Amino acid sequence: MTAPNVAEPAVSTDRQPVLAVHDLVKHFPVRSRGLVRRRVGDVHAVCGLSFDLFENETLGLVGESGCGKTTTGRLLLNLIPATSGEVVYGGRNLVELSPGQMRPLRRDLQIVFQDPFASLDPRMTVNEIVAEPLRIHGLLGSGKQARDKVRELLRMVGLNPEHGNRYPHEFSGGQRQRIGIARALALRPKALVLDEPVSALDVSIQAGVINLLDDLQHELGLSYLFISHDLSVVRHIADRVAVMYLGKIVELADKEELFTRAAHPYTQALISAIPLPDPRKERSRQRITLTGDVPSPVSPPSGCRFRTRCPKFADVLSEDERQKCVNEEPALIDRGQGHASACHYAEAMKLV
Amino acid sequence: MTAESNIQLDRRSADGDAVLEVENLTVEFPTEDGVVQAVRGVSYRLAPGEAMGIVGESGSGKSVTSMAVMGLLPKTAKITGSVRFRGEELLGRSENGFAEIRGKKIAMIFQDPLTSLNPVYTVGRQIAEAILAHNDVSKKVANDRAVELLATVGIPFPEQRVNNYPHEMSGGMRQRVVIAIAMANDPDVIIADEPTTALDVTVQAQVLEALEAARAATGAALVLITHDLGVIAGHADRICVMYAGKLVEKGTVDEVFYEPRMPYTLGLLGSLPRLDEAGRERLTPIVGSPPSLMHLPPGCPFTPRCPLAQPICEEREPDLYGTDQPGHVAACHFHERLVGVTPGQLFRPTSADTGSVAPANLETQQ
Repeated sequence: MTAPNVAEPAVSTDRQPVLAVHDLVKHFPVRSRGLVRRRVGDVHAVCGLSFDLFENETLGLVGESGCGKTTTGRLLLNLIPATSGEVVYGGRNLVELSPGQMRPLRRDLQIVFQDPFASLDPRMTVNEIVAEPLRIHGLLGSGKQARDKVRELLRMVGLNPEHGNRYPHEFSGGQRQRIGIARALALRPKALVLDEPVSALDVSIQAGVINLLDDLQHELGLSYLFISHDLSVVRHIADRVAVMYLGKIVELADKEELFTRAAHPYTQALISAIPLPDPRKERSRQRITLTGDVPSPVSPPSGCRFRTRCPKFADVLSEDERQKCVNEEPALIDRGQGHASACHYAEAMKLV
Repeated sequence: MTAESNIQLDRRSADGDAVLEVENLTVEFPTEDGVVQAVRGVSYRLAPGEAMGIVGESGSGKSVTSMAVMGLLPKTAKITGSVRFRGEELLGRSENGFAEIRGKKIAMIFQDPLTSLNPVYTVGRQIAEAILAHNDVSKKVANDRAVELLATVGIPFPEQRVNNYPHEMSGGMRQRVVIAIAMANDPDVIIADEPTTALDVTVQAQVLEALEAARAATGAALVLITHDLGVIAGHADRICVMYAGKLVEKGTVDEVFYEPRMPYTLGLLGSLPRLDEAGRERLTPIVGSPPSLMHLPPGCPFTPRCPLAQPICEEREPDLYGTDQPGHVAACHFHERLVGVTPGQLFRPTSADTGSVAPANLETQQ
């Protein structure tokens, strides 16, 4: 895939990317059963992603389950080895680094996981959990100094520092997610990958965590890669949004641009499928419903990967126009809508 | 004149017409540590063909309420109150007594289609099983009906799909099979417990469409249990908000969404990030967490999280008070002060999780 001419929105051209991703690819092998376990195919989880994460910005990465958004987050931190491509941080390509070379860089790049029940060790106290990254990197210090550092981190994420001696099971889901955030912030990272950080929480709790992430970004100048399937949350928190489908970015734009002038049929379907908590608007809305299911990433469709479910492909395009969708993969470029989208027949549409 | 006809309408639906009447339902689970009061006096009426949403956060008792209606709770649960289907009492029935009602009169759709379908039988056989359980027809007829039902819920190539096993289908398709089973016997009430929570949004839209198709085909009333206020806004006529085992607000969707009269409802609406609104306005979360249902203090259970709390709230639990609209009720001593109040006036856009709740001063802001 070649998409060097991705049009970046004007506001970010003068800023330096914290993380630059070029043509990132990840294939997971599918092996046969039995003793030999021959490689019989590949799951094309991430196929040629290119994007930048700028300083002090939130890039939302949205898509449905299985589109490769979590894999992308892990590739960015080199938690799983990439098949090919580059992730450039501070002038170095992380993909080529050994775990030992990677370790000092992990101070700057941290992750918050989705499930606050599985990501905290139940046998460690909150103080130990938050202090662990500091200890591993030799930054904890001792005695009062160490205690103060941990207390400060707990205060920063809105928890009562007096509760540091408790165990994770004594906290609610929202509080646990705050502990996970405190742990990620302990080493003062520059960029955070937030992998569905609020999806497991009830709405009233979720709002507090979203506000907290907002505050922390302003205070500490963090960059977020915010992975989520919830477009409402992304519209609230992100500056730019990348929409993924079957391992590829199909649309990348400034938030307002994307939600008011979505150009790719998949983005349009996604926005129109989200129920609005507003009965009058909900009654008068027209929906674009997709048919069928996401194709298997083991053998993705030729040309445009969305064509098997695309309402435009099925109902609007002529036979000749369809041939282009089947044979030619659409590049992620600006086709006159003011932002990049990967559809040969992109057309901006306002849906909310 | 209009008020009079309203009252008449109200009475008519109150007397004979309701398909499902739940009155003062309580459910308690005795445990080693004490009694968990999961449901504490829930009452609602469901008119024929009506769609009612029940919304609440995890642990608010919304699922337990409907499990009690279906008689699906374990024997250890202590259930009191009354559940009437077309005037017939359901509580206290024998297992066989419930079997006559389940599936035929009241059908249920559960959250996870993978666990509600049997993995070792084809979906066609499972739909036919539901038909054969209540009708004296041949297997052939049941099978034909299964194909018909799959077509109704929007499954392509139903003749082939009827022979599939659940694992051969995607999550959205499985949930549509569950809907097909629920509508198989033309029930009067369908209870859907978080039917789309495990699904992606585009698939959720398909499943909700299938659910609407099922309602149109059977004319069944719907109880839609969900935590997603958006789903309720689009698919329910009336809404019940639950908190700590009680209904705290009840009304039409328009009344509850546009003129909420219970601080908890306002808090929920203010916590929602909006897809349809630009800008980066701060959300207003509800600080704190729901109370444990084990040792509930007297008074309103929302008091510790409520910006309007007064001493009386800790002493006496409010009943459902009527508001200016008939049928719109709210369990708050101060519901009259919430007329025209927005969530932003009541709750603070905080990011902290601890600390006391700042009392709202509505007078100065209005």
